[in-house]
Amino acid sequence: MSDEPKVSTQSLERLLGPRSEEVSCEQCFETLDQFVELELAGEDAETALPGLPAHLEGCSACRQDYESLRALVAEES
Amino acid sequence: MDRALRDRGGSAADESDAWLSALRAEGPERERAEGELHDLLLRAARFEVGRRRAALSYVRGEELDDIAMQAADDAMVALLAKLDDFRGASRFTTWAYKFALLEAGVKLRRRAWQGREVVLEPESWSGFADRSGSAQDEVEQAELLEALREAVEKTLTPHQRQVFVALALNEVPIDVLAERLDSTRGALYKTLHDARRKLRGELAAAGLVESGD
Repeated sequence: MSDEPKVSTQSLERLLGPRSEEVSCEQCFETLDQFVELELAGEDAETALPGLPAHLEGCSACRQDYESLRALVAEES
Repeated sequence: MDRALRDRGGSAADESDAWLSALRAEGPERERAEGELHDLLLRAARFEVGRRRAALSYVRGEELDDIAMQAADDAMVALLAKLDDFRGASRFTTWAYKFALLEAGVKLRRRAWQGREVVLEPESWSGFADRSGSAQDEVEQAELLEALREAVEKTLTPHQRQVFVALALNEVPIDVLAERLDSTRGALYKTLHDARRKLRGELAAAGLVESGD
């Protein structure tokens, strides 16, 4: 059996990032607080701030910032 | 802010207004507000350190405390420079927290990579290899891999290739790469985004993935 690495369509999609339009890292930072509060309030954050979820899918650093902010705000509320 | 300001008004908007008013005041009121803001930022930075502590178990607690303090200090400077940008779309405290979490996250990722070489060439393609599929998938997977290799080589500029390989293939944290290349997270992500678009277009044309929107 060959030792050639295999790549699945799923892992290829991950490498290629989100298919939909996404905001930049700067735009993500500007609206991350609003996004998190909308989400925690059960509102439609994705419609209010389109392009941000796609960015969080494609940018692992911004995603970590998002996860931390969400966890911190949730803990305090 | 704590209790003193919270007690002045019940709503989040009142609380945010109180923060802004105090931070724009002169003399002791401003000093007190800045002290409270620093405490808030430090709390957020320590929260981030706590979340990442397990991955940094080899780093002394004292050093992690220093990182949290530096993150709070840097966040304070960044936040005060952007105070006029606050529009009340969230609570002031939520807005403030993101500055500290960003600074702490960047410092911790850089600390985790301290002394590690950042590889800018595709040393191995096995990082995204999927060995869980059946033998029947082998031909298709080999075709995907070869197509991706070719697209990376042929369609990307040298800079795009370097950034794509480091961030997507070798999983170097973007803030670490930004430091090594004297760049910024935003600029590198833009490069990565453009590279991904090119690669998706190339592979979609070959029928291997779906095209972008």
